[in-house]
Amino acid sequence: MKILVCVTSVPDTTTRITFTDNNTKFNKTGVQFITGPYDDYALSRAVELKEQLGGTVTVLNVGEAETEPVIRKCLAVGADDAIRVNAEPTDAYFVAEQIAAIARENQYDLILMGRESIDYNGGQVHGIVGELLGIPSISPVMKLAIEGSTAQITREIEGGKDELEAALPLVLGCQEPIAEWKIPNMRGIMSARTKPLKVVQPTGNDTLTTVAQYELPAPRGACKMIPAGEAETLIRLLRTEAKVI
Amino acid sequence: MSVLVFVELDEGALKKSSLEAIYYGSKVADMLGTSTTAVALGEATEGALAEAGRYGAAKVLHAGDAKLNEGNSLAYASAVAEAATKEGATVIVLAKSSLGDAMAARLAGKLKAGLASNAVELPDLSNGFRVKRSIYTNKAFAFTELTADKKIITIKKNTLTPEESGATPSVEAFQPTLNDADFVVRVKSTEKATGEVLLPEADLVVSGGRGMKGPENWGVLEDLAHALHAATACSKPVSDLDWRPHHEHVGQTGIKVSPNLYIACGISGAIQHLAGVNSSKVIVVINKDAEAPFFKSADYGIVGDVFDVLPRLTKAVQELG
Repeated sequence: MKILVCVTSVPDTTTRITFTDNNTKFNKTGVQFITGPYDDYALSRAVELKEQLGGTVTVLNVGEAETEPVIRKCLAVGADDAIRVNAEPTDAYFVAEQIAAIARENQYDLILMGRESIDYNGGQVHGIVGELLGIPSISPVMKLAIEGSTAQITREIEGGKDELEAALPLVLGCQEPIAEWKIPNMRGIMSARTKPLKVVQPTGNDTLTTVAQYELPAPRGACKMIPAGEAETLIRLLRTEAKVI
Repeated sequence: MSVLVFVELDEGALKKSSLEAIYYGSKVADMLGTSTTAVALGEATEGALAEAGRYGAAKVLHAGDAKLNEGNSLAYASAVAEAATKEGATVIVLAKSSLGDAMAARLAGKLKAGLASNAVELPDLSNGFRVKRSIYTNKAFAFTELTADKKIITIKKNTLTPEESGATPSVEAFQPTLNDADFVVRVKSTEKATGEVLLPEADLVVSGGRGMKGPENWGVLEDLAHALHAATACSKPVSDLDWRPHHEHVGQTGIKVSPNLYIACGISGAIQHLAGVNSSKVIVVINKDAEAPFFKSADYGIVGDVFDVLPRLTKAVQELG
């Protein structure tokens, strides 16, 4: 089983988002970067599958040198080697082209990634990669089991789930509870230092979107407090003042 | 040239989110000086296709092949790409949903189109094609310029309030090429909550956190939800503890909702939870801890015991009639 796991390096989920340069740049000052939480689920499942079926797990990140701590952490969790495409991941199509190029070279059975990155929340890359490679893409995947060359998959849908079956190779966008997050142990951290991390240059420069400016949401007004003894007032206010019921 | 809107059917009827997509598409078409074509896949009721017209589609392409009844994202993306080519569409609009998201990504790959996911406003065409979309899990917005010739937009719920224009669309039978390669993912079974309001589509949501103290106490919350015709939701700890199913989990790594009203019961309001709900129009927080951070992000707050407050709210709703 040859598995490629694509990971993002994103601001920690507790980050207060701010921008600089007249709202044209994300403010990285003091921000802790982590592996995308959904990508972490994908990686954890990949490592479990490797332990169960044998094979290799390669981690791929499209990013500049600053993402290497996140890549090393993925190696510490149990990936065998890593590839970093040395480019800023500004556009989903561009990122997908990089992944597709690496995948064409190496012929993976499974390409796993998070259902979406938690910075741009596009949820686009797995679908575009599937299209570029001419193989199915499925997302969001909550369960994944491999039987021979067939995948048994549970996909979340609105208010429920589908049980799916498809032949490999596949591109999957993953989410919980596909696996428990793996916390790297000391041995993993030590061995990660010497595992191969190859840096390659990007292919092509197709960007189909650019961000012109950012904006923070307008703050909500003050919270109107209603005494618990007059809880019924809330329902009246929701009808007459907020007009939502 | 035209604007193409994918409309999602549920048992032959148009999904409510699709009405918003048609209306959005028709507004974009007005801005571009062109018309809107809706594309519906699978068996549909006549009423559903007419409804597409009332909300702004001049034409409806309908592929009624029963093979397309199942929402298959691969086959659907191929069919919509074919419709886009046939119509000379440069803009494709879809409502955000598990199906819409999966299709949009495949379409972007097929057509080499710029895709803006989670749009929250109509595009600004004054200088290019700029779409405001939600990023950082609702913690910010990006004004994204779609620079490719072909553009795809997925819209978040509550982006616009759709209005009926009363027009009747011309309905045209559409026979997309169906490739075997698009039918290789086999759906063995589907499990879906029935008879309830589905969370991602709901206008009103009642949500519970650890303050509900256990799954056996959900009755009081469900009573209020039933009285309001609201969907029920929960925080991540509640879903992690298996008190409630995963598809009810809202937050950073769960479902992101933007209903008209979100009532949080016994949820403290961690930043990861807020990320999933803070684009709700009105937020109500009920918590016995006056220091719960959620009150800072709420419009209305009640400091009190959920087991006392919820039944009183339910009764007050029932008395509204």
